[in-house]
Amino acid sequence: MIPTLFFVALITFALAKAAPGSPFDKNPDKPPKQETIDKWNRFYGLDKPVHEQFILYMSNVAKLDFGTSIRRQRPVADILGQGFPVTAQLGIQALLLALAVALPLGVISALRQNTLIDYGSLFFATIGTTIPSFVMAIFFIYIFALGLKLFPITGWGTPQHMVMPTVILAMGAAAFLARITRASMLEAIRQDYVRTARSKGLREQVVIVGHVLKNALIPVATVVGPAAAGLITGSFIIETFFSVPGIGREYVQSITALDYPVIMATTLLYAFFIVLANLSVDLVYGMLDPRIKVAK
Amino acid sequence: MATASTTQDRAAELNVLARKQRSLWQDAAYRLFRNKAAVAGLIVIFSAFLIAILSGFIAPYSPTLIPTSPASQMEPLWTGSKYTDPRYLLGTDFLGRDILSRLIYASRVSMVVGFIPTSIVFALGVSVGLTAGYFGGWLDQLLMRFTDIVYAFPDFLFLLIIVASFRNSPFGKIMDGLLLIFVAIAIVGWVGVARLTRGQVLSLKEREFVEAARSVGATPRRLMTKHLLPNALAPLIVTAAFSVPGAILGEATLSFLGVGIIPPTPSWGGMINEGFPLFAANPWAVLLPAMCISVVMLAFTFVGDGLRDALDPRMKT
Repeated sequence: MIPTLFFVALITFALAKAAPGSPFDKNPDKPPKQETIDKWNRFYGLDKPVHEQFILYMSNVAKLDFGTSIRRQRPVADILGQGFPVTAQLGIQALLLALAVALPLGVISALRQNTLIDYGSLFFATIGTTIPSFVMAIFFIYIFALGLKLFPITGWGTPQHMVMPTVILAMGAAAFLARITRASMLEAIRQDYVRTARSKGLREQVVIVGHVLKNALIPVATVVGPAAAGLITGSFIIETFFSVPGIGREYVQSITALDYPVIMATTLLYAFFIVLANLSVDLVYGMLDPRIKVAK
Repeated sequence: MATASTTQDRAAELNVLARKQRSLWQDAAYRLFRNKAAVAGLIVIFSAFLIAILSGFIAPYSPTLIPTSPASQMEPLWTGSKYTDPRYLLGTDFLGRDILSRLIYASRVSMVVGFIPTSIVFALGVSVGLTAGYFGGWLDQLLMRFTDIVYAFPDFLFLLIIVASFRNSPFGKIMDGLLLIFVAIAIVGWVGVARLTRGQVLSLKEREFVEAARSVGATPRRLMTKHLLPNALAPLIVTAAFSVPGAILGEATLSFLGVGIIPPTPSWGGMINEGFPLFAANPWAVLLPAMCISVVMLAFTFVGDGLRDALDPRMKT
């Protein structure tokens, strides 16, 4: 995990440094004087050779010091500390919503295979995984904000503000999870132990809950990690779109402003969560399915 | 009773023999063309291609033409509002440019961005994956370590950082930023293909037919190109079918965030970016490109799903 994060930091640093321009020439109407730029460069340590800058940065990160934002003149830790709860709330809400929709939908459509419900949920799954989130957001805003005037267009704070970003962010994950749930349910229903359970006279409910569901949810649990990682990545497009004051919007703005400390810290934070999500898959898999350990 | 069943078996056998022989690929094509959604998708993609190629002939105006008489923010004709102009079927954008022409020209960007990076990704990914999977050793080690790192980067984040870093350099300005997007998508995408190919090769190379070919003296090169690659092709084709819309989505998202195709060259994502601040005043300037993206993405997904079901019915979900 640490080596992976180190290389992520290295690549991001190299790419950000390779970018032409400097964070101080972003205002074309009022270009600052050269001596002011030099002073700022010294202040932020940008006058040193690139490799020294990187070593300095990494040793500061090891002490959990993420530097100062050039664009906002505030410690990066402050900015992330302020934005992260918003992003986390949005992400967790979306994940819970996705699970709450996807699991019942996948289970029901597998139990009622090739019925109207099944086709409906497959249609939803195709739409949800195919249509990009920002395109979906446009349709949502047109229908629910401009047309029906149910929700405000952008912003954050009240529950009304949260509905559209949460639903749209959840959509992709919900569609993906519903597809997996359905497939894995269909797989489990056809197993011999299910036939055995039925033939020994168990009630259908018991068969479905105790035998089918229990086994069908194992593959689903393992993709919740990647789905959560997808939500993390999806969040910065949604945040930019709906002007949600989370770290995602901050990140997009800092990239165009070449605000190195913010770019670095946010990338590392994202990568950390993705590595964590992928790691948790392995752990969860081992816990849910003891056969995996035996096989190893 | 026994004779009856043998006769039936014979009949079935004869029937099979009488049927015209089809290769595996013909079989797959047959299944693909019986899939209505996939055929619809193919038709949409084919039309989009034609529109992209013929855009110079069918677009009524230049996509970047700003008319001298102010006719900005016209709505499409069918809305019947007083802000329509019979010269502009789908209305005009905030600078008065014809939306229909811009949509038509923007299809060029999406089609090119869908196919060219995918070709680079597959040429590179398949060759590295084949070699790494077959020979193992340091190349394999390097590939695996590298993929671990790239996997920790969310695809789109990586894409965004590469494009944002180089878009102000001379390289980033070539072909209105298209070349940079090609390269960035290729850098981000090839690793996944290499890893997939490697996995396929690892499981195939222990199989009997490979051993048989090796024992009659097939060279590694022949083994890789004639035995391993054809057998690994089905999942690769399916992945390719899904990576084309992935690339289109990548470009659209970058352009939507304002770091993709350099204006005034039209792209669907860029049109959404430009129109969004005035969404409430002129929603169609945003809705129309959004619909174009949706239709093309759905078409590619249908074809991808169709290909997956046709090439490997076991993968059907």
